[in-house]
Amino acid sequence: MLVVIWLITLVSTYFFYTGQWSPLPLASAHGAAIDKQMALTMVLMGVVFLAAQLGLGLFVWKYRDRSGAPAATYSHGHIGLEWTWTALTAVLFVGLNLMGYNVWAANRIHGAGPNAMQVEVTAVQFTWYFRYPGPDGKFGRVDYQKSDASLGNEGALGLDDTDPASKDDIVAGVLMLPVNKEVDATLRAQDVIHNFNVPAMRVKQDAVPGLMVHTHFTPTQTGDFEVACAELCGLGHYKMRGTVRVVSEQEFNQWMAERQAEKQQQ
Amino acid sequence: MSEVHAEAAVHAHAAPTGFIRKYIFSLDHKVIGIQYYFLALVAVFVGMFLSLLMRIHLVWPMAHLPLLGEIKPETYLTLLTMHGTIMVFFVLTTAPQSGFGNYVLPIQIGAPDMAFPVLNMLSFWTTFLSFVIMLAAFFVEGGAPLHGWTGYAPLSAIPSAGPGQTLGADLWIISIAVFCAASLMGALNFITTTLDLRARGMSLMRLPLTCWSWFITAILGLLAFGVLAAAGILLLLDRNVGTSFFVPGGLVMTGVPVKHQGGSPLLWQHLFWFFGHPEVYIAILPGMGVASQVLSTFSRKPIFGYRAMVYAMLSIGILGFVVWGHHMFMSGMSPYSAFAFSVMTMAIGVPSAIKTFNWLGTIWRGRVRFYTPMLFAIGFVSLFVSGGLSGPFLAQPQLDINLHDTYFVVAHFHLIMGVAAIFGIFAGTYYWFPKMFGRMMNERLGQAHFWLTFIGTYAIFMPMHYLGIAGHPRRYSQLTEVKFLEPLMSLQEFITIAALITIGAQIIFVINLFWSMFKGAKATANPWEATTLEWTVPSPPPHDNFGGRVPVVRHGPYEYAVPGAARDYVMQNEESTVPAHS
Ligand code: HEM
Ligand SMILES: [Cu+2]
Ligand SMILES: [Cu+2]
Repeated sequence: MLVVIWLITLVSTYFFYTGQWSPLPLASAHGAAIDKQMALTMVLMGVVFLAAQLGLGLFVWKYRDRSGAPAATYSHGHIGLEWTWTALTAVLFVGLNLMGYNVWAANRIHGAGPNAMQVEVTAVQFTWYFRYPGPDGKFGRVDYQKSDASLGNEGALGLDDTDPASKDDIVAGVLMLPVNKEVDATLRAQDVIHNFNVPAMRVKQDAVPGLMVHTHFTPTQTGDFEVACAELCGLGHYKMRGTVRVVSEQEFNQWMAERQAEKQQQ
Repeated sequence: MSEVHAEAAVHAHAAPTGFIRKYIFSLDHKVIGIQYYFLALVAVFVGMFLSLLMRIHLVWPMAHLPLLGEIKPETYLTLLTMHGTIMVFFVLTTAPQSGFGNYVLPIQIGAPDMAFPVLNMLSFWTTFLSFVIMLAAFFVEGGAPLHGWTGYAPLSAIPSAGPGQTLGADLWIISIAVFCAASLMGALNFITTTLDLRARGMSLMRLPLTCWSWFITAILGLLAFGVLAAAGILLLLDRNVGTSFFVPGGLVMTGVPVKHQGGSPLLWQHLFWFFGHPEVYIAILPGMGVASQVLSTFSRKPIFGYRAMVYAMLSIGILGFVVWGHHMFMSGMSPYSAFAFSVMTMAIGVPSAIKTFNWLGTIWRGRVRFYTPMLFAIGFVSLFVSGGLSGPFLAQPQLDINLHDTYFVVAHFHLIMGVAAIFGIFAGTYYWFPKMFGRMMNERLGQAHFWLTFIGTYAIFMPMHYLGIAGHPRRYSQLTEVKFLEPLMSLQEFITIAALITIGAQIIFVINLFWSMFKGAKATANPWEATTLEWTVPSPPPHDNFGGRVPVVRHGPYEYAVPGAARDYVMQNEESTVPAHS
């Protein structure tokens, strides 16, 4: 028993420790604080895990029934000890939580800064649409009831042409972002709940029908990053993949200008 | 006086003689307990079989299975939904509480039967009906639903949201509503029985911890299942009558506008998890009770901190109702409530830790006898620690950004609520089998079963933590579409092989169970030298448990290693001259 419990414990810990299967390399600014809190929790829980499992293994071995073993001790416990570990675990758990408050607050309680770039992310079984408000900075009206995927990106969202604010809205199938610029994403869903999950950016937030949920982040690396839907949304959930493409500011501006030109020609 | 009356009322039914009254529509809590147990046994094999298909599909998606052919991605989700639902409701709610609770609780408190025997029979057959309805969902057009055991709206609310969301989803909801009705009846019965039918001298602080766990579980059930039933009925109305509790306006499903307006998808999640979180305690509390009972018996030592154990269970029960929001950190709920829920959730870790320390304290300086029930109880503690310690990760909303809906969650809930609870069931089976069937289970097979299962479950579920940390989303039927999942495939294969072996090992258990039932060595009244009242009566006990005598309780439930006593234990009803602890 001792051997097995210790082996399981040590092998499990070894793999946590070596981190062979670790989070994707970090590609956003706020993610560092999350990863740090994660590492702290890992160390603290790791210590408790080792202590409890190794102790369990040790006790069942040391106090096993064998000839010559002393009789069990007649004891109903120890009030002092009860209070000690109650207090210790309370401090550990609640303290750990309070330490993480700032990370959460920075992520969700405080909104994006005033200069953040606005994008709207719309989830539909089983694709993503990304919308930019254009030079006027305003998203035009959309009406899902008018949406028609055969009309291309704008049509798929049901963008209302009669709204002047929608004239310069750009809708794309890939989320293009300039590096090192904060993004304020508004998440929407057209049918069921989906989740905008960009593991490398430490971004995860449900897109809920009927709600507009905000989330914000700053990409710090250029390149392509996968979006993998993280809320069961139907039979194609496993392939509801999207791409965040982070490029230099210059490239981004150029791309945006091209798309605007295309749009105005129509 | 009133006590005597209550007794007489229950006594009134004499032992039935016909087969049907004795074994099918029996009023005897012992028969009903065994009926529940076997219902759960059938369910666990259905559930396990489904998980096996899932695991095979995940790593060999193109495999052609005999009879079943190829599993399609949507079929994977169907298997997932039914696996989760059957395991949670028909295994983890049914066996530990309704099965063992029914069988053992009345005897342990010194009562001839449950308070309401007819209600008891009714609640079993209602559960049975609910199980039949659930299985029927497989066979209707479109098949069983794919919305997961959590059934989030609007996916669950709109029939066109996917295959299986038509009649199958209706049956799923109806089955759960019927199950709720059965559980409410059971809960009432347990609460009344514990409060009213205790033998003389059985004060609350002399109740075995098993009885405390069944009692608290029943209270949780009473408060939680009502809410789930209501939520289920609302969902059924949304689906069939055109109400909009959970569906907002303006939606388009598969290109077709949806005619609903004004509902809220988050409302479903609040109602569901208001039930769902207490439900995990409904699943695990009885296991804690069994683990306490078995650890004390086989360590030959009083439970460490009996009162602390009771208060810990009570506070888990109470706090369990204010933490449901930890399932919704990523749902779009207010971030302030998320933080409040997270503090409360961390607080619930405290009583859980108290229980663990007390179990360790019980073994400490004991004299441990390694019979199979004890092995499973030790395994329970180990799994409870492993599964419990991933809780403080998930309870922090900032970490949930990385971990929500990944395999980390799958690892967490399987270890703590799935397998730990199953270990509680196994411990209970090996422990009470002699009482229930009058024969001993085979020790050798039991030990083999334990080792394979213990190592196997760790091999299945420990690596899922690594997958989750690497960002692997759960509920993915294929891993081929997302690039960052490719390097995780070999680990997935390892898990599937571990699952094949572990599930195969359960055959040992079934063989042992049925072989011992007919061929096992005859059991004495008290084979484990335990102290609680069920061990004072013959194995199996007579129809009214105590043969007309009414036991009087003189001691606490865990009097082992009492100095000066004739043996190393003092039974609860013993007229011992040794002044054992309350
Ligand atoms: C041999 C043992 C088991 C294996 C191999 C197994 C395997 C699985 C797998 C592969 C999933 C799907 C994970 C995903 O894609 O998200 C799953 C989900 C689940 N399992 Fe198990 N499982 C086992 C035992 C249990 C037990 C004992 C329970 C009882 C609590 C349980 C409850 C659940 C639940 C509630 C879900 C979630 C279903 C959902 O997402 O709707 N499982 N299991
Ligand atoms: Cu999805
Ligand atoms: Cu919960």
